[in-house]
Amino acid sequence: MRFTLLFFLLNFLFFSSCKEEKLHLIKIEGKQIKITDSLSSNQHIEDFIKPFREHINKDLDSVLAYSPNTFTKDDDELNTALGNLMTNIVFSQGNPIFNKRTGKNIDAVVLNHGGIRAPISEGVITTRTAYQVMPFENKIVVAGIKGNKVNEIVDYLVKSKRAHPFLGLKILLDQEYNLIEASINGKNIDENKTYHIATSDYLYNSGDNMSFFKPNESMLNLDYKIRNAMIDYFKKVDTINPVRDDRFIRQ
Amino acid sequence: MKRRDFIQQLSVGSALILSGLGLQSFIPSSKTTKITILHTNDVHSHIDPFGSNVGRNSNTGGVARRSNLIESIRKENPNTLLLDAGDIFQGTPYFNYYGGALEFKLMSMLKYDLATIGNHDFDNSIDGLYAQLPHAKFEFVSANYDFTNTVMDAHVKPFKIFKIDGIKIGVFGLGIELNGLVEKSLYKETKYLDPIEITQDMSRVLKIEKNCDLVICLSHLGYYYKNSPDRISDLNLATTTKGIDLIIGGHTHTFLEKPTVVKNIEGKSMLINQVGAYGINLGKIDFYFDADKNKSAKGTSIIV
Repeated sequence: MRFTLLFFLLNFLFFSSCKEEKLHLIKIEGKQIKITDSLSSNQHIEDFIKPFREHINKDLDSVLAYSPNTFTKDDDELNTALGNLMTNIVFSQGNPIFNKRTGKNIDAVVLNHGGIRAPISEGVITTRTAYQVMPFENKIVVAGIKGNKVNEIVDYLVKSKRAHPFLGLKILLDQEYNLIEASINGKNIDENKTYHIATSDYLYNSGDNMSFFKPNESMLNLDYKIRNAMIDYFKKVDTINPVRDDRFIRQ
Repeated sequence: MKRRDFIQQLSVGSALILSGLGLQSFIPSSKTTKITILHTNDVHSHIDPFGSNVGRNSNTGGVARRSNLIESIRKENPNTLLLDAGDIFQGTPYFNYYGGALEFKLMSMLKYDLATIGNHDFDNSIDGLYAQLPHAKFEFVSANYDFTNTVMDAHVKPFKIFKIDGIKIGVFGLGIELNGLVEKSLYKETKYLDPIEITQDMSRVLKIEKNCDLVICLSHLGYYYKNSPDRISDLNLATTTKGIDLIIGGHTHTFLEKPTVVKNIEGKSMLINQVGAYGINLGKIDFYFDADKNKSAKGTSIIV
């Protein structure tokens, strides 16, 4: 017993002396190491990832449709075949859902030029194409806004001089980009009427400085990702046929 | 007989301790303890390396390579911590297909010690983040997100203290304001608290109450906002608080040439580091501790 006590006592002395001996920070060295292909890969990790990668690649590379040409968002000024296709997809995939839930129809679609992240190349369209064009998780929302707000949309589009994709509206400019006339579904924009505009939740929340969706008369989130709408649309069509038209031009 | 053997062994043990004590007491200790902090941020589901056709990022990154690099550093210095400053999720189809499970599993295999939560980690909603927690063998810290009325309550601590080779290291987490950045329907009842107030409290708790030798802030606030210089950022946090030795940042995907040395509110030099995004870089900060008064009298030298 005496020895045990001594043992504890010595232990106590040992550790308490350690504690008194204060350690001081004397030097800090900081750097970053670039992960390059000169580093070897951990085979165990590599083997673990492989089945997940193969599953995704198989799915992403499955052919959904065919594109007769290469379409980019910069093919033309003010409106492009690719942008028009995107608005067609949002309308044709979104409107049945909106109509089923509200009994109403989407009057117009407004997206943004920056939201198209890649071209659609000539040849096969795969799920990967949809991920490349639309990598974001944005969902389709439909805002009910008064005609005066629709006029704000027109102002925004005119000032931007960019090919922000839209559908349902028609905007005519002169050579100096001044507004000549604007209409919605072939009619004048009625300041007091409520129009249902489909857009992305990103733009609805004032993304790309689109401040006209709020406040509003109504708002419905379709809980339908734009990318999934694209995939569903590509599954339905055999060959896409995007066209540039006169919805937004100078004369 | 048996008892005697035991006593003899005990005596030998005591003698060893005695001589150990003697060494500690009479020979000026020249043992330097080195703590290595490794860190990533905004990896954004980048599990595979970049291909060869993506400009300056070509052939960089990749979890399997990062794993070997970390292992070799750990072999050189077992006193190593591996931290992540948030936005683990979102950016490749791995996240869309598996909801972040693969990211957490791989980070666990790489033996990450701790992470904080970035805004994109809410992309599948707070429930989506919660659902992946079983795959994470590391813990999460956030001092300024109040998760009280959410599923994450009790799964995220404000700070964690590591004790490595006699050195006490306190790490606390900070998250970015979610309102305006993430839809409310995703972050739900998560409350954002003022980072500066929280930091003042955290540095007091860790440095004074808990007696930590090293205080690290794992932040997803962003490095600095040129267009809104007064917005809370790592640089602003550093210069308006005290008691932090290192801020490991994220969110702004800032590729720093080297860690930034700044002076805190007391004029004491400290470090901020952020290593870009996508697992292209690994940050490495080495802290050297010594008991030798002659060495410590010269203060702390910072080499970047």
